Parts: sequence; C-alpha cells; structure tokens
Amino acid sequence: MGQTRHGPGRIAATAALALAALIMAAPLLWTLLLSLKSNAELLRGTGTAFAPPYTLQNYADIFGHSAVFGWLLNSAIVSLGVTFGVLALSSLAGYGFARLRFPGRDVIFILVLFGLAIPEQSVIIARHQMFSALSLHNTYGGLIFPGLAAPFGVFLMTQYFRAMPKELEEAAWLDGASRFRTFWKILLPLSLPAQATLGIFTFLATWNDYWWPLISATNSDMYTLTVGVASSQMNFAQTNGLGFLMAQAVFASVPILIVYVIFQRYIVAGVSRAAA
Amino acid sequence: MKARARDAASGEALSGALFVAPYLLVFLVLLVYPLVSGIWLSLHKADLFGGSQYIGFENYVRLFKDDVFRKAVWNTCYFVLLTVPALTVIGLALALALNNGTRRSAVLRGLFFSSSVLSVTIVTLIWRMVLVPDGGLIADLLASLHLPSVPFLSDARLAMPAVALTTIWWCIGLPMMLFLAALQQVPKDLYEAAALDNAGWWRTLLRVTLPSIRRTALVVVVIEIILQFQLFGQAQIMTLGGPNNASLPIVLFIYQIGFQRWDIGYAAAASEILFCIILAAAMTQYLASRGRS
Repeated sequence: MGQTRHGPGRIAATAALALAALIMAAPLLWTLLLSLKSNAELLRGTGTAFAPPYTLQNYADIFGHSAVFGWLLNSAIVSLGVTFGVLALSSLAGYGFARLRFPGRDVIFILVLFGLAIPEQSVIIARHQMFSALSLHNTYGGLIFPGLAAPFGVFLMTQYFRAMPKELEEAAWLDGASRFRTFWKILLPLSLPAQATLGIFTFLATWNDYWWPLISATNSDMYTLTVGVASSQMNFAQTNGLGFLMAQAVFASVPILIVYVIFQRYIVAGVSRAAA
Repeated sequence: MKARARDAASGEALSGALFVAPYLLVFLVLLVYPLVSGIWLSLHKADLFGGSQYIGFENYVRLFKDDVFRKAVWNTCYFVLLTVPALTVIGLALALALNNGTRRSAVLRGLFFSSSVLSVTIVTLIWRMVLVPDGGLIADLLASLHLPSVPFLSDARLAMPAVALTTIWWCIGLPMMLFLAALQQVPKDLYEAAALDNAGWWRTLLRVTLPSIRRTALVVVVIEIILQFQLFGQAQIMTLGGPNNASLPIVLFIYQIGFQRWDIGYAAAASEILFCIILAAAMTQYLASRGRS
C-alpha cells in the first residue's frame, strides 16, 4: 500500500503476520527435526526432537533403501516426458491455430477450449478401462499419455503466437523457407519465455500428481514418488520407523524445492499473467 | 497468378492441419472419447469383467437415494465453505502485508508459497505428524502445558476441519500470489489522490484497493471452488474418509466405488455429477469475467 499504519494497528498487523509465518514454518521445522532423530529415541517420545542429539542416520538409510530412488527416477521420467510432450504438441498446435487458415479452425479451437472445463475425475473411469484394454497400466506410457491431453498449453501458446508480429515470418517465406522451417527457426526460439512458463507448470503439476499414478501404477516398481511416499505412510507399521519416514518426506521435497528456486521467476510471471 | 494464390491457400490449409493434428489426435483419444464413453458408462450397470447392461438413469436415481453419496456431497460443500473464504481472506491479507520491496517481505512471500510446490503426500505426512494425538506436534505442545491431546483425525466433528486446515496451509500460496499481482496493477495515482484526501488506511483499502482488485477476487474464489471441490488426496491419506464417512468427499466416493468395489457404471454416474458442478463454477467465472471486461 502507498501508506503505512501507525500505533496499535501496526503492532497488531505485525503480530498477526509473525503468527502466520510461525504456523507456516513450524510444521516444516518439526518434520526436519523428526528426520534428524534416531528411531529408537522417537519411540520413547517425539518430544525428544526438540533437543539434541541429532543424527543423519535416517538419510544414510535412504541411500541404502533403493525403492525411494526408483520412485524418484519414475517421477523424473514421467514428469520430463509429459513436459516435453506438452511443449511439442502445444507449440505445434498453437502455431497452427494462431497463424494458419484451415477449414473449421475456429470451431475446433473453441472445442479445445471447452476441454479446459473437463475435470480429470469425470474421465477417469473410462480412461482407466481404455488403458486396461490397451495394457498400458504400470508402464511409463500409461503414466505419461493422459498429461498430454490437457488443453491449457494449446491455449497459452496460441495466445502467444497470435501476439507476435507477422512480419517476422513473411521475411522468411520470401526467402523460400517452408512453413515448418519458419516455425522451427524463427517463431519457436522467440517463444522461449512462454515455453519456460508452460514447461515449469506442467513439470510441477505432473511431479505432484497423485490421482492418476495411484490408479494406474499399481506395481510398487512403477510408483512415482508421490504414490511411493503415500504407500510408506499408509503402511507405517511396516516401515523402519518414524525418523526414517520423515527423512523420506524431506528427501522427496528436495528435488521439487530446487526446481522451484531455480524457476521462481517463471512461476511468478505465470501467476501474474493469470491474474491480469 | 490466381492459381498460385489458390495453391498457397490449400498449402496453408494442409500445413495448418498438419500442425494441429498431433494434439487433436491426443485430445480426441484421451479426453473427448473418455468423456463420451464415461457418460455412456453411467447409463449402464457395468463391472470390471466387462459385463454391461443398459439401465437408463437408474445409477443417477440410486445416487440421489444413496445416503453415503449425499453425505459425500454435503461433506464436499462443507469443505469448500471451510477453505475457500479462508484462502481468499488470508491470501488477500498476506498480499496486502507483503506488497512492498523489503527483503523481509520477499523471504516471507517465498515461505508462504513454498508449501504449494510440495505434493499432497508430503503435505499430509507433515500434517499427520502435527495433528496425531500420539506424538504429534500439537499434542506435544499441549502436553508441555499439561493439557490432554485432541484426536483431530478420529473425531467425527474435527476430521473435516483438520483436513481443511491442512489444505489451507498447503494452498495459501496461489491466492496470495494472484492478489499480489493484482495489487501491482492498481494505478499509483489513485493512492496519491486518497493520501491528498487524508484517507486513513481502512478508507483507502475500502475505497481504492478493494474496488480495483475485485475482478481478481472473483477469479480467486472461482479457481479455489473448482480446485477444492476436487478434494481427494488429503482425505484419502489422512482419514480414509472417516470416521464413519465424516470426511468422505465426492472424489474419494468415486474412487472407492470405481476402483475398490469396481461398480464402474455407478462411479461414472457420480463423476458426471461432479463434472456438472465444476462446469457450473467454470461457467460462472466465464460469464462474470465477460460481463466485467
């Protein structure tokens, strides 16, 4: 705001903000503390987490426990697969809808936009049956394909290509370049900021998706990290203890927090554009 | 000359179709076909083994008579009422407090958004260890004050509020960021004019800030209604919908019927009802945003 408050109002506002920050941070710190305690000590009481001794044993155990690395690898393969697939399909379709005239173009584009209102849950039963019939469950393809159908990327890239000046491609056409070459050499490099925003949001959404992998990946070898962590949590009695479980939570958060820090600029830009 | 123009036009149509075709194929096979086939399934009594019999609207009639489904619809509405106003108001309050260039605000913005990038399974794992009466953070803090622990997740009255609290903690980043972006767009001269009128902080908020960001407020409310109606993971992992279905949302109902009891036609019918609810919310946003701009 352009101005600040003074007196009791300002003190109350600062106190409320401090309380909110505490509520936000406390569960994260608690998880970190629990992950640094030995399982034996936590059995005596979780209150011990507030005081030393702390140990890295639980993290060492993760490196001996290969299932978590398998889930991490699955998450990476599926998330990168969906991200590159969405970028390729959306860029091609976005250029087609924005720049090339063909019969039925506008009607088809509106139909695709209607797809934005279809929630995953309303197609899940039929999609599950279809993937069963094609034996796609418990395969990388089965985990990747549904993410490619989301219309949001097509919408975003169409808007982006429409806003580019036409002169850019006309020069290339006069030089006799094909349409695909023009797209590939001139427009695609210029659309990198939009690609980055679309890419990071697609990656985050796929990495964190729980619903589809839960239904499709039923073999523990094919679990993604979200499903794997959920299964360790639900089979808690069978796992190696609370400290180990919480170390898994911290370990599973690290990759996505790194991605968040690196791409923060594009995330903020994407949200700002959505608000405007 | 004319012939060349016609060639160019048909070439453009062909390449246009080629550019769009790969996505359209995926769209038709993975979204349109399952949508239509889901509606078709909802009119059948179908099970996992491929047995299927046309029964008209019987699944829908059964849903309206099903106490568990009615409870799930009520629970979901209750959850939306618990979360959406809180997310909107707290998100706006945080945006107002952190809309400045100080280093402290930048750090706090990062903190309040950080939970949003975590997956539902990590968030529920963290919050379960905050909420459980046996060794949870809240129970430990209460014990240090010699107070008894509270069974948040196994008490029918507290289960849904506990899931809502977890969700607010998880989702607060997006509304805050949307409001922050909107606050950046408010013209500076409006604030200068208000300052010249000696308007206080509240008057400036009510007369200048809120009217300028009401479109964003509407977007936030509708996006959150759509998102929170799809509540699933938090309830499935933290409470399994219990105790006694007290925290069973619509999507978990669909999951249990469709993938645990394999009553596929019935689950498809429930998913079509969810689709209608979400479509209505999306339409409201579309109409409202068209009416304003």
